[in-house]
Amino acid sequence: MIEKRIRDDFPLLRRTVGGKPLVYLDSAATSLKPEAVIEAEAAFYREVGANVRRGVYELGAEATERYESARAKVAALLGAQADEVVFTRGTTEALNLAAWALGETIVEPGDEVLVTEMDHHANLLPWQELVRRKRARLSAIAVTAEGDLDLEDFRRKLSPRTRVVALPHVSNVLGTINPVPEVAAAAHEAGAVVVLDGAQSVPHMPVDVRELGADLLAFSGHKALGPTGIGVLWGKAELLRELPPLIVGGEMVREVWLTWARYDDPPARFEGGTPPIAQAVGLGAAVDYLQAIGMEEVRGHGERLTALALEGLLARPGVTVYGPKEASRRGALVALNLRGIHPHDVATLLDRQGIAIRAGHHCAQPLHRRLGIPASCRVSFHVYNTEDEVAQLLTAVDQVFQELS
Amino acid sequence: MSYEEVILDHWRHPRNKGRLSQPDAAAVEANPLCGDVVRIELKTAEGKVAEARFEGEGCAISQAASSLLTELIQGKSVAEAAALTDEDLLRALGGVVRTRLSCALLPLRALRKALAGLREGTPPG
Ligand SMILES: Cc1ncc(COP(=O)(O)O)c(C=O)c1O
Repeated sequence: MIEKRIRDDFPLLRRTVGGKPLVYLDSAATSLKPEAVIEAEAAFYREVGANVRRGVYELGAEATERYESARAKVAALLGAQADEVVFTRGTTEALNLAAWALGETIVEPGDEVLVTEMDHHANLLPWQELVRRKRARLSAIAVTAEGDLDLEDFRRKLSPRTRVVALPHVSNVLGTINPVPEVAAAAHEAGAVVVLDGAQSVPHMPVDVRELGADLLAFSGHKALGPTGIGVLWGKAELLRELPPLIVGGEMVREVWLTWARYDDPPARFEGGTPPIAQAVGLGAAVDYLQAIGMEEVRGHGERLTALALEGLLARPGVTVYGPKEASRRGALVALNLRGIHPHDVATLLDRQGIAIRAGHHCAQPLHRRLGIPASCRVSFHVYNTEDEVAQLLTAVDQVFQELS
Repeated sequence: MSYEEVILDHWRHPRNKGRLSQPDAAAVEANPLCGDVVRIELKTAEGKVAEARFEGEGCAISQAASSLLTELIQGKSVAEAAALTDEDLLRALGGVVRTRLSCALLPLRALRKALAGLREGTPPG
């Protein structure tokens, strides 16, 4: 039971919405931030403030120290080396960088990139752009009726021309935890690079990049109790060394002449311009906060709440739940629909009770098309959510049925 | 909880729902992001909206607003129907939360498109 002492750390949980206490069930979109994160970011501006890397004076050195210490914390979280951690603006930018860099190095006309039907647009559009630019081909691994990746379809589509396999670790709609080690092993055998969208996994469960076997992994700080504007692209050192930058300019070079330049080594090579320093420091504090709880415990809590929500929702005849039916096979989120009621109506009526859920296509239009629905409701959890909040959700769902059917 | 009574009433008992056999004006508007679709059809006579119908799919607010809109314009002159403002419709609905304005105003967009077609003499789409 981690919820009691933890809730006090999140100032937003003291807020009311329309006179009701906030029940925040949209952490898959962005998480709330603990005081420690807000304070770490503010403290950077109050106590240090300087730019990183170029300062010869004391404050410049301190800024660089705090920035690099945040990098080391992220590396430890992922079981990686610090020089494998590139700071970006978020998952989207990290995946754009990955697609750009791989496109410049390993994708030739006629090659193939494999994505999945369950990808977030952030892990789809960069690959669409890449194949357009390189005159390569894009295909998508099918999703089964159960909401799993269709591994037979994967094996069928994987070919010696496949250069990249990009997939979500955890689907932001179905919740499915994909079998990454298995996919990575097959992809590597075919000579492909594996790019993992970790936006919904890294904030919620232990993630060890070596165990997973991926080559590149992206996630966002703001879904992991950290600030907005900061994210990470992790890459295997051997691979990162071969990749070109997407953003060029200051802070990422060794030597610059008027007509050419020699770029720095990773990770600096990929961090052109002044980075989001205070946000990186805030992310470091978020990692500390998560590590103090323990990622196993974070996962356990999310799984318990998801199991409760699933049990309650599946027991209600008018409710359709998407994705695997066992909490052990999913991340801390559940997408659903109420028969005959539009998701936006559900979200608006719940909002009137102070319950914040998401309704829409969750940046996964192709997946919703595959499911044959225009939109869905999604509830998602993090460390500060409680069993009581799940119970409130279920009661509110019954009330929506009463009101609109 | 609860939507305004007007919205619930029109959602449960839609007025003027269906198609006209030979509309003088018609148009469809959709909100592709949430799947709301509304078609408005009009029959005109002597510069008036003689009959208004709607057909659609989507959330309670967009469908209730469509139903209410057909009532609002029935019998009005074409010019009056064209002059109907966003605020007019929102007020008639008893107010709509600001996160859902695009749902409520979808039928009005369809109506304006249908009336523009009428003015320009393009056959009803
Ligand atoms: C699976 C997945 N990938 C990518 C993203 C995009 O993250 P961001 O908007 O932080 O770049 C999200 C969240 O919106 C997500 O859930």
